[in-house]
Amino acid sequence: MEKSSIFDMIGPIMIGPSSSHTAGVVRIGRVARLLLRDTPDHVEVIFYNSFATTYEGHGSDRAVIGGLLGFANDDERIRNALDIAKKQNIQIHFKSVLQASTLHPNSIKIKASKGNKSVEILGVSRGGGLIAIKEVDGFNANFTGQLHTLVILALDVKGSIAFIADVIAHDDCNIATMTVSRSNKNEDAKLIIEMDSPISEPALSYLKSLKWVKEVIYLPEIG
Amino acid sequence: MRVTFESFREWKSYCEHSQEPIWKPVLSYEIELRNRTEQQIWDGLAAAYCVMRDAIEKGLTEDMRSISGMINNGAKKIKNCHIAVLGDEFKKLIYRSIAAKELNSCMGRIVAAPTAGASGILPGVLTTLQDLHHLDNSQIYESMLVAAGIGLIIEQRASIAGAVGGCQAETGTAAAMGAGAIVYALGGNIDQVFDSVAITIMNMLGLICDPIAGLVEVPCVKRNASASVIAFASAQIALAGDSSIIPVDEVIDVMGEVGQSMDTRYKETALGGLAATPTGKKIAEKVLKNPSEIINFDETKSNEI
Repeated sequence: MEKSSIFDMIGPIMIGPSSSHTAGVVRIGRVARLLLRDTPDHVEVIFYNSFATTYEGHGSDRAVIGGLLGFANDDERIRNALDIAKKQNIQIHFKSVLQASTLHPNSIKIKASKGNKSVEILGVSRGGGLIAIKEVDGFNANFTGQLHTLVILALDVKGSIAFIADVIAHDDCNIATMTVSRSNKNEDAKLIIEMDSPISEPALSYLKSLKWVKEVIYLPEIG
Repeated sequence: MRVTFESFREWKSYCEHSQEPIWKPVLSYEIELRNRTEQQIWDGLAAAYCVMRDAIEKGLTEDMRSISGMINNGAKKIKNCHIAVLGDEFKKLIYRSIAAKELNSCMGRIVAAPTAGASGILPGVLTTLQDLHHLDNSQIYESMLVAAGIGLIIEQRASIAGAVGGCQAETGTAAAMGAGAIVYALGGNIDQVFDSVAITIMNMLGLICDPIAGLVEVPCVKRNASASVIAFASAQIALAGDSSIIPVDEVIDVMGEVGQSMDTRYKETALGGLAATPTGKKIAEKVLKNPSEIINFDETKSNEI
């Protein structure tokens, strides 16, 4: 087990009432915002299992919208996030789904869009404010937001994984985890790479310029 | 790492050999673990203590009604109550612990210490301790390091999560952290600090986590007050040199064992204890999402959702 910091014992400073129902949910919302790279104008959130019945009482609805608005975990505006979103004319729909037996007890799906851009993620609040993102736009994922993360959409071509890993290695970044999945052979593939340190702007631009790379999104560590 | 915070015995033996004060190896641990400077750590502790004081202030001045309605300005009622059952300081400890915890239930900014469910205990204990004994902030920050060291060991040997170890893991750990902080701040030696931890945990062993409707409100808020009282009681006993008999590491191990053997009904699932009483169930029905709005999930249709 990774050793805890003294600021895990006296901390984190956060908005109540619960690290899994507020702090973790704010983080999942923030991941969706970072992937969309904008404040959404339409949001649909599905709360699963244990979250399905408790999300309102715990304020998880406010927490997820707070995250989508870019609020940090200790931002007191989270309590009023629904009103703030309404004022910005953001359309919000909440759904709850019980008995999703294949999913973690505290799972959330967020579908967020702005104009013609959209993103859909499935996130898990693991407790203590920690999260895991399990799906991005229907592709498998498994990242926590605690490290520096690259989310790459590329064509499924031979050698692409080795090539990208090489670029990252030359940028002196260490890869912590990597998840690769594809929609079909020779179609789109999603590479999600967690790194111990941030990637440089030139390396990022180079990856974006590759012909077989469709999209590169860099998520810095989420505090 | 000089001290790994896996046992109290290790912590004590290090301090005896190095002649360092008890908080010093906690500071060194953090510097090494996260590459922080000493100043960053003192600043972090000061920031946390500031949020704790603010939380009490807000809990006593702002409207503290939770979304469910179960929390309704309790701290203010206690503060304004003309009867002080055991003197004003005792009353202050109670309403301060409750004020900070009520703010947590009402989506305010708090310090999870060690968890959000126990976020009223250290604010109540530390501020009352400081005001009563006229301690400097620096003494409080050192006490917070002692408290953090205690929390680290309990997390390693038992658990600090209600879902894993019941309420004893959350409010019990916070109370033990508070007791150690009190004994250190009032000049107790290392044995007395650790005795206060052992006595606190002994007094809270087996406490279940049975929140009504699964919300961090009832009985959590009031348990924060009683945990603060136990912290002071244990500190009083330990400072007098009345020992715990069972060494603190063994007591913490028992807490871990009790947590493991505790039925899952009593570990934050809201399926047992107070949550499962007729009244608790009635409240849950009212507070939880109306079942008619809930779609039943059919795995075979999962792609359509």
